[in-house]
Amino acid sequence: MLKSPATHSSTAPVTSDKAKSKAERSESGFWLNAKDKYYAWIFLGPSLLILGVFIFYPMFRTLYLSLFLTNTVGKPTVFVGLSNYINLLTSADYLSSLGVTMVYVLAVTVITIALGLILANYASKQLAGIGIFRTLFSATMGVSVSVAAIFWLFIFNPSTGFLALVSNWLHLPQINWLTDPGWAMLAVIITTVWMNLGFTFLILLGAMQSVPTTLYEAASIEGATPRYQLFHITIPMISPTLFFVSIITLIEGFKSFGLIDLMTKGGPTNATNMLVYRIYKDAFYSGNYAQASAESLILTVIIAIFTLIQFKVLEKRVNY
Amino acid sequence: MSISLRNVRKDYDQQTKVLEKVSAEVQTGEFFVIVGPSGCGKSTLLRMIAGLTPITDGEVRINDRVVNELPPKARKLTMVFQNYALYPFLSVWDNVAFGLKARKLSQSDVQNRVNNALKMVNLTDFKNRKPRELSGGQRQRVALARAVASDADICLMDEPLSNLDAQLRIRMRQEIYNLQRKLGLTLIYVTHDQVEAMTMADHIMVLNDQHVQQIGTPAEIYQHPANEFVAQFFGTPQINILPAKRSAENSHLLTVGSNDMQVALNEEVPADQLRIGVRPDELTISRADSVDSNAVVKNTEFLGNETIVYATLNSGDNVRAVLPGQVNFRGYEPIKVQVGSHLLFFNNDGERIGLTKEEAVHA
Amino acid sequence: MEMVAKQKLPQKILNYVLLIILTAVVLGPFLIGLWTSLLPTMDIAKGNFLSLHISLTNYVDAFQKTPILQYLGNSLWISTLTTIAQLIFCSMSAYAFVFLRFRGRKVLFILFLATMMLPFEAEIIPNFMTVKAMGLLNTYSAMIVPFLTSAFGTFMLRQSFLQMPDELKEAADIEGLGHFQFYWKIVMPYNRISLITLGAYGFLGAWNQYLWPMLTTFSNAFRPVQNGLRQLQSEETFNDWGMIQATAAIVVIPTLIVLFVGQHYFKSGMNEGAVK
Repeated sequence: MLKSPATHSSTAPVTSDKAKSKAERSESGFWLNAKDKYYAWIFLGPSLLILGVFIFYPMFRTLYLSLFLTNTVGKPTVFVGLSNYINLLTSADYLSSLGVTMVYVLAVTVITIALGLILANYASKQLAGIGIFRTLFSATMGVSVSVAAIFWLFIFNPSTGFLALVSNWLHLPQINWLTDPGWAMLAVIITTVWMNLGFTFLILLGAMQSVPTTLYEAASIEGATPRYQLFHITIPMISPTLFFVSIITLIEGFKSFGLIDLMTKGGPTNATNMLVYRIYKDAFYSGNYAQASAESLILTVIIAIFTLIQFKVLEKRVNY
Repeated sequence: MSISLRNVRKDYDQQTKVLEKVSAEVQTGEFFVIVGPSGCGKSTLLRMIAGLTPITDGEVRINDRVVNELPPKARKLTMVFQNYALYPFLSVWDNVAFGLKARKLSQSDVQNRVNNALKMVNLTDFKNRKPRELSGGQRQRVALARAVASDADICLMDEPLSNLDAQLRIRMRQEIYNLQRKLGLTLIYVTHDQVEAMTMADHIMVLNDQHVQQIGTPAEIYQHPANEFVAQFFGTPQINILPAKRSAENSHLLTVGSNDMQVALNEEVPADQLRIGVRPDELTISRADSVDSNAVVKNTEFLGNETIVYATLNSGDNVRAVLPGQVNFRGYEPIKVQVGSHLLFFNNDGERIGLTKEEAVHA
Repeated sequence: MEMVAKQKLPQKILNYVLLIILTAVVLGPFLIGLWTSLLPTMDIAKGNFLSLHISLTNYVDAFQKTPILQYLGNSLWISTLTTIAQLIFCSMSAYAFVFLRFRGRKVLFILFLATMMLPFEAEIIPNFMTVKAMGLLNTYSAMIVPFLTSAFGTFMLRQSFLQMPDELKEAADIEGLGHFQFYWKIVMPYNRISLITLGAYGFLGAWNQYLWPMLTTFSNAFRPVQNGLRQLQSEETFNDWGMIQATAAIVVIPTLIVLFVGQHYFKSGMNEGAVK
């Protein structure tokens, strides 16, 4: 069911006999070079405009706003330098948000990768009908945030929910999943992991299937057990993919908003008040645009760092 | 549609010179082959003629018109690429029609040309297939059909057969030759394969080391190579090049190796040292006792109709000889090697010099 | 040989049991949701989970009493337009980066890459003000215009375009194709697999938007389905669990079908766009 990525194999590969130098490559189509710059404007113009207005301008505007105090409609009033940042980084409240987000992001990443590995490991076994399992395992990719929230809100519902029902049957104490500060975070983590699982599984499975089977054959001949093969062949071989999925999951975790809004609204008592939700509240509820801008910039820096790490590591495979 | 190259030069930058002083005349309807080892700049030369690569200096003329500044489209030519450059998303028919439609030919004209071209390369039954559903040889023929269907009279081919297996290459060689003759195309064909050059060309340009080594008919190139490189590039097994000295006693006499063989010339030997070239089939070998011998057999390869004998002269120089039929030698068997009448002479710079061997030397 | 390669029977059974358990874990929330969407809310409230009063009443109610169809229509419209726009603009900018020579190409490309580091979530404040100033609040445009292009899409298509053989461009030069013709007649069809993949991503991305539509829409006429579902929960229907589950099912089932049909493309896209 899952094939390796499609390639256009209908033309024969160019033999290296006359592998062209970079200089020659760059000259292909040189007749139009003079006019290329006009074409460049046409081809790049729309994208540049959109990115400029909705990505670059807002970044500078956010930076600008974060250095001011703002009025209730978000107009800057008094220049205050870095004091918005200083206030934030000395506020126990904000630091707790930062901490909560870190816990959430780390937990989600570790659990998602671990479960994804287990699913992919079993789904890569050679068994009849394995394709059906592969399809089913990837199913949560099709679940949007609000659907996931509805499914799990019902499961976690303290009076009529599924877990309440199960613990009733088993005579276990009731847990107020979403209203108990001790449990709400776990509930959100579980839901996020479940949503992420399909995507993670699919990528890890793809990576596992591209490990050359001869490696396993050689290991089997030498008597390695399946478990030994998993830890000494599979995981090392797919480590670049593992790294990639981890970074993606981390970044997505930092940007989480929908589930928080739908399930806990940052509560109870700020137990799940994560960075983006905070920005939203501070800006659009409290009208504190300046502070929200400073929070936005901190978030940008965090995400930029992880993205840069990703670029750096992937650089070898990416040709600029 | 004649093409003329005048002192064409190509540099990528100050350091990287690719071609220098390339001049040639290609006549209308001629099969012109550019041959040379990889990296000699032959593909670059073809791309300059096509207009895909700018010319650093010199002139390219088509029909006596300088085309240096013309874009490829205005040069009215077609090109067959090594990897065929077929559009994978189009059927065979549409691949052939693509360029014609781009040139805005009338619909009926396109129909006729494409159908004719497909018939000519025997692909009519495959016209609805996609390139990936074809074999290598069939893809090659689609690329040919594109050239055939075009109204351009000049066709450029860049190693079109190098992605095919050996048997198919021989067959396609003949097909390309026949098409070229039938259509009267002016064809410039780039290859690194000397056999393709010898079997198809009206004229061959040998390129090496950024320079034209020689331009001539296959027979000229083979029989009168301009230098050692050309002599060694053509013919399998490779020509034997052996050092020779003017004999101290007789200025008409050359001694080869450490006096292993002697060659008498019709004229005086012009230099103290020379090199002689002997094609492997110009060597004769006879069994000899160790006193009379001048070489020992190293190895033999039996090819069915002939045998290649590898031997080492007493001087230590290795020679290859081709003998008809099956010949058996033991390893290290002493033999006597003698040269035939067709010899080539090269000076120390590797240039050929015109000397002739005197017949009936040996007494 | 065959005998050796095949797994022993108990081992096989164990594997299947494990696979089924894993499937149950993954699909559990779906199945619970789907099952309750078929039960009367009264039974759900009483904890009568194994009730046999199965019916499609909740679905009928969902269609009749809630604007779920309107929401779905809004989302479909927004996602489709966004996808088409991204396919066109991303492929155009990728074309410029691969096939056009112009000054500043490298700088611009790095600029494009840099935008992948800037999360949209951190730019909502100025963007909200921009959209408001443009008078686009509570319109489809507010949810489409900021996403007409994407750096990720440009990057992914560029990788794909770079793998085209140079000879295709040279052949096009000899046949005299201009940039627009080459772009439209050769580059686009040649890379259709990557385009389909990007399309799937663009669509899914637009479909799953949550924060931005929540900020910019306040009427059911424009509200996309993610925010619509939230709206339904916050309204009086909050305790009508059967119907809520039915709306969730109505939303998720078409996505699942699309996903299963198109998963081949998703996977190749992941490899092309990122890992490979």
